[in-house]
Amino acid sequence: MKKKLSIAIVTAMALSLLAGCGGGGTSGGGNTAAPAENAPAAEAGSEAAADSTGGSVYWLNFKPESDEVLQEIAATYTDLTGVPVKVVTAASGTYNQTLNAEMDKSAPPTLFVVGNQAGVKDWADYVIDLTGTPIANELNTDAYNLYDESGKLVSIGYCYECYGIIANPDLIEQAGHSIDEITNFETLKAVAEDIHARASELGFDAFSASDMDPSSSWRFTGHMANLEYYYESRDAGGWTECPPEISGAYMENFKNLYDLCINNSTVAPTDLATGGHDAEAEFKEGKAAFFVNGSWEYSAVSETVPNATMIPYYCGVEGEEKAGLNCGTENCWAINANVSEADQQATMDFLVWCVTDPDASRKLVDSFGIMPYKNAAESTNGFLQDAADYTANGCYVMDWVTNYQPNVDDYRAALVSALNQYNADQSDANWELVRTAFVDGWATQYGLANN
Amino acid sequence: MKTLFKGAGGSSPGAQQISRFGLLFLGPVTAAFAIGFVWPFLQGIYLSFCKFRLIRDAKFIGISNYVQAFSDSSFRHAFWYTAMFAVVSLVLINVLAFAVAYALTQGIKGSNLFRTVFFMPNLIGGIVLGYIWSMIFDGILSRFNTSILLNAKYGFWGLIILMCWQQVGYMMIIYIAGLQAVPEDMLEAARIDGASRWQTLFKVTIPNVMPSITICTFLSLTNGFKLFDQNLALTAGQPFTILPNGSAVKQTEMLALNIYNTFYGQSTASQGVAQAKAVLFFILVAGLGLIQLYFTRRKEVQQ
Repeated sequence: MKKKLSIAIVTAMALSLLAGCGGGGTSGGGNTAAPAENAPAAEAGSEAAADSTGGSVYWLNFKPESDEVLQEIAATYTDLTGVPVKVVTAASGTYNQTLNAEMDKSAPPTLFVVGNQAGVKDWADYVIDLTGTPIANELNTDAYNLYDESGKLVSIGYCYECYGIIANPDLIEQAGHSIDEITNFETLKAVAEDIHARASELGFDAFSASDMDPSSSWRFTGHMANLEYYYESRDAGGWTECPPEISGAYMENFKNLYDLCINNSTVAPTDLATGGHDAEAEFKEGKAAFFVNGSWEYSAVSETVPNATMIPYYCGVEGEEKAGLNCGTENCWAINANVSEADQQATMDFLVWCVTDPDASRKLVDSFGIMPYKNAAESTNGFLQDAADYTANGCYVMDWVTNYQPNVDDYRAALVSALNQYNADQSDANWELVRTAFVDGWATQYGLANN
Repeated sequence: MKTLFKGAGGSSPGAQQISRFGLLFLGPVTAAFAIGFVWPFLQGIYLSFCKFRLIRDAKFIGISNYVQAFSDSSFRHAFWYTAMFAVVSLVLINVLAFAVAYALTQGIKGSNLFRTVFFMPNLIGGIVLGYIWSMIFDGILSRFNTSILLNAKYGFWGLIILMCWQQVGYMMIIYIAGLQAVPEDMLEAARIDGASRWQTLFKVTIPNVMPSITICTFLSLTNGFKLFDQNLALTAGQPFTILPNGSAVKQTEMLALNIYNTFYGQSTASQGVAQAKAVLFFILVAGLGLIQLYFTRRKEVQQ
């Protein structure tokens, strides 16, 4: 009796331990995201279904805000076709880590995001060439595609976005100005400084907080920095690959706009380093008339500020009255070359369905803003409409040249540190630090990334 | 203890039956240890000699990763910074923990409540602590128009305060256990012989709690070296010194964070370098731990 009992206990212990190991192997690692409730079911069903249809889709998504919609779309597609679709979303700011871990597994993502030149450098060898594929043929523009040096189409844009300065025309009117009088840096500066000077009387300020913590600093080190890169690249006839160094010719213009932002704001520049202010809420609650951000904010902002509109980064460049918004994307699909052909085919079919099916593309467009495909649903995003209006009025689009930033995380981290020092004490010496991180840092990181 | 084992081991039939299942008992643990530690460890060492984006297509490139790791000025800076941090935190945490433990074993009222309160910070995770303390520090520093992210000194002492706050309670528990095990007759004998309080403390109590001191110094030394999440959450290496060539030295970046940043912040080539740094890091921590154990063990007394 005793013997039987001990055998039973030992076996149970051994099994539970091994089961524990097994579980750790599949769900542990970098899988930080929450596959929604249908994911386990899809996973469980994947083997059975894979036998009959021959392939399955595993999409590693990098936009947490779109997770819910993607899970819905995935479930719908599985219901319709029986092809299992698993969507896993990396936790905010950990996409690279998650991708690295997932790609090493025996069932890696069939579909993932390669959104900038640094990503192309890392992953070009692991994806199929999308040239001439059914999904590429659905595109209505080549503008958002990423190629590697050999001309291989590594990833194709599935939505594009725009950023600039979100403005509240009603507040500007309340301050005795009009949004229409802002056509360049001079006029923007006049309006912003006037609002800031009378902030206590008006009850609102010009710019919302420009926090430098990781949840907000990218609005400046990634987005606003683009104005410098863009004009520099325009002078060079447009960049087609990452330049080994930049000249910083438009640093003064970056400084113009940056100074305006931090010095005419709801929050003193010295309080920005560790953040903790909610710039979006400030704008939504009418405490600030301007908010530096992008088109993805439209649904949140238009709830309380239905007239919100977006204006370009006016920064004192010659002829900027003809500037438009910054349009581009970091959302580009790439298909894994190291999964079975059946999985690649299933992924391709799924993508084509996503951009052609009216209901699916409607849902995706509502979440993504706009999708550059012939048969996708129309956009309802007001800021993207602003971008289109600027273009229609003959203004130039400021491309997202910022996507060329070498070793992007390290480069931006140094820039944040320098900007922190500048925010605390706006001396020329400290601006020199910003310039060094911005300009010389580019060359240094380029060297590290390409050694 | 020895006699007990002999009695159980020898010829009794029940023991033989159980020993037949020895492998079954050992197997799962051995397997888990091999899968969870030995294999990744060996693979990690191999990868430190490779260039790789994914582990499965690692390419052997010899020792160049190590050469790069040694020539990386940020790694050297992180090493000295970490060493300094480990020493300062080692001393402060243990002195404070011992003092608190000593005070709380003198029979003052409410000792149990104090022990609980001092221990509680240890139950909060490092990332959470880091963010909480960054708010506390900035709440104070912003009155002086500065921030913990702007001055490396603030970052260093901020991290020391944070670590003391978190670790003192834990070490205190170990010291209390040690202090309670000091034989009462020895203390009494010291009293009768006319030893002063200080003499009793240094000649009787401390030699008797050497085993606790060994454990606590070992833990706080290795903790100091391995520190990662508090470092990441509190300063993430800021402020940086921006060198004229545009490269940046992260002034408050410790070794573990440096390895992490090297692995994820840069290009494919740097992943192998990060792996090499990690192997060096292991040798360093293991070596220091062993040396420290050797020296404190010698001071332990037999009761």
